[in-house]
Amino acid sequence: MVYLDHAATTPMLPEAIDALTAALAVVGNPSSIHSAGQQAKRLLEESREHVAATLGADGIEIVFTGNGTEAVNLAIKGLWWQRRTDAATGAARTRILVPAGEHHATIDAVEWLRAHEGAEVTEIPLDELGRVRLDVLAAELEADAASVALVTMLWANNEVGTIQPVDEVARLTARTGVPLHVDAIAAYGQVPIDVHGIRRATDAPRGAGLVALSVSAHKIGGPAGIGALVLDRSAAVEPLIHGGGQQRKVRSGTQDVAAAASFAAAASVVASRLDADADRMAALRDRLIDGTLRAVPEARLSGDMSAAGRLPGNAHFSFPGCEGDSLLFLLDAAGVAVSTGSACQAGVPEPSHVLMAMGRSEADARGALRITIGHGSTAADVEAFLAALPAAHAQAARAGLAARATSFDR
Amino acid sequence: MKVLAAMSGGVDSAVAAARAVEAGHEVVGVHLALSRMPGTLRTGSRGCCTIEDSMDAQRAANVLGIPYYVWDFSERFKADVVDDFIAEYSAGRTPNPCMRCNERIKFAALLEKALALGFDAVATGHYAKIVTDAAGNRELHRASAEAKDQSYVLGVLTAEQLAHAYFPLGDTPSKTLVRAEAAERGLSVAQKPDSYDICFIPDGDTKGWLAERVGTETGDIVDRTGAVVGSHEGAHSFTVGQRRGMRLGTPAADGKPRFVLEVRPKENTVVVGPKEALAIGLIAGSRFSWAGLPLADPSTAFECEVQIRAHADPVPAIAELVDGELVVTPGHPLDGVAPGQTAVIYVGTRVLGQFTIDRTVSAVPVDA
Repeated sequence: MVYLDHAATTPMLPEAIDALTAALAVVGNPSSIHSAGQQAKRLLEESREHVAATLGADGIEIVFTGNGTEAVNLAIKGLWWQRRTDAATGAARTRILVPAGEHHATIDAVEWLRAHEGAEVTEIPLDELGRVRLDVLAAELEADAASVALVTMLWANNEVGTIQPVDEVARLTARTGVPLHVDAIAAYGQVPIDVHGIRRATDAPRGAGLVALSVSAHKIGGPAGIGALVLDRSAAVEPLIHGGGQQRKVRSGTQDVAAAASFAAAASVVASRLDADADRMAALRDRLIDGTLRAVPEARLSGDMSAAGRLPGNAHFSFPGCEGDSLLFLLDAAGVAVSTGSACQAGVPEPSHVLMAMGRSEADARGALRITIGHGSTAADVEAFLAALPAAHAQAARAGLAARATSFDR
Repeated sequence: MKVLAAMSGGVDSAVAAARAVEAGHEVVGVHLALSRMPGTLRTGSRGCCTIEDSMDAQRAANVLGIPYYVWDFSERFKADVVDDFIAEYSAGRTPNPCMRCNERIKFAALLEKALALGFDAVATGHYAKIVTDAAGNRELHRASAEAKDQSYVLGVLTAEQLAHAYFPLGDTPSKTLVRAEAAERGLSVAQKPDSYDICFIPDGDTKGWLAERVGTETGDIVDRTGAVVGSHEGAHSFTVGQRRGMRLGTPAADGKPRFVLEVRPKENTVVVGPKEALAIGLIAGSRFSWAGLPLADPSTAFECEVQIRAHADPVPAIAELVDGELVVTPGHPLDGVAPGQTAVIYVGTRVLGQFTIDRTVSAVPVDA
């Protein structure tokens, strides 16, 4: 099988598998006082430091979570609950500024706060390439920063791969004294991330600017079931899970040493060859885009095409007149795994809210296909996709007509 | 052949898919997403459309070792089945949404898409048989399992649709055997309850569901002379033949129970009368189709059986095509016939075709 859905999940790196199995064989709860516990604690904290090093943070600033979604929820709900009232003045501070086209972890967490906790949500529009409208965000922050509990945004869009102007938003929030959470789950392992570097460069005051950043291990070749929230020392969040007080009392519960060790192994490998991997993936991606547009001239590439504006592993097209699920089915039958890119409920592809937020039509959104390259991808994978595409496209176009009117109608 | 097995998450479609695999076909399981906002868990006797049902279908596909996908037909389903259901009720008719779904979704939108994607047939868990005659023409027949026979709701299929339909359960003598087979095959849905209700009305409260969409408006209940005998909250919630739920204050002169004889949506009026007045001596309609080869000369009166509901008994009848209208005279009067209902015409076990009832003629003279 040709696997080109690395944005969904990517194969575990051998180093991560080795680290996982080795650590699974070792007994000890890192919270225990005896030697076995101390050994486990040592491995856990070394892992935390390794992960921190790949993100420009300190070990103490890494809160391991069950997955990326939990990290996003902890950041958004935790910051909001912590800041909903201005402690000094008693004034309400309930607004969340959030761009359109975010991942469902953010959309649904924010919507829950709105529906159940009284959060006010201000959606910041995207431009046609999927970038957040900085002018609108700046105007909101400059008009009334005191009412804003937090700003949350993607580092890079998980569907169309557009990279957001994180530095500018970090600077805006630092200057206006508002905390910023960045969901870097799709970006991690593909672009350099340096939390302290950004805080320094933007003169971030305590508790404001970039204070929280979410990542997930399985997107970079680590195991599923562990993510992390980078939480700046100066940022306080209300915990979602209460118990034994592990991890700065922010996330109680016995810690998964083996998963952390495996995550750290993957993170270290990926960080050590980030530039070379990104160049290699971008070259494959460019060949894939070029070949696709040659094979299907009416295909439309979504997102930002500049080198700095797009994740190196992401290609995303709309095929007019086709349904994404037909293309996915036909390519799968031909042995090529790709994605429609949008959120699924019971496996139902919905028209992508990201493309809609970029001003595209529902028809465009229905015919969307995301092809993502990862650390193990080869030129042969790309060629296999390009070989399978023309027939799949021709057939999907015929099937696309059936979705609207059929010859059996009478 | 390449078979698309439509898998609802129920036991019938799971066993149908299993038999298609066993027959040596190349089978792919597809669950039809018919609602944009599906419920999470199954409730009551509803048999499809929740995420749990989709997962049941996927688990069955896993057990069979076949690929499985969910295809979104929610827009088509809403336009062709749900909105049609509302429009028909609003017009005072009694539609059969399962029939519409077979006609417009499963054996139209789905079949067309399947053929375009390289499949040869769509398999479903319907209890009905396809019989091929000596010349290779396909005929639709009643299932061996008489109690479960679903040939009525498939009566709308044309020769072209039947050419690509595949009903692996047609020869099975009973549903009990299908459940036993499912258990033997290790399918987790073996004991899943049957679905009876309309799948898009989760709590089974059709009246309440319609009232929400069509609205309520007080109107008169009249007898056959036009005298007002009561009032109602919306004509759409009544069906011909209905006896309960009218809350008539004044009893009939003869003290006998009264039944809904007619629904007049334009006047928002419901006509009631004695049971005898329900008896229909003739039904006719101009919207008809043949399930397979048409009769050589339908304008010569022919003997047949007519069935007017999914679970009604068939009644011997004489049918005839007169000026583009199929006219059917049953051997004895039919009860509870409403315009908009589908009459399916059988000859023996064979489904000859169907028509939508446009007009009916009472079997007894009208005299209050």
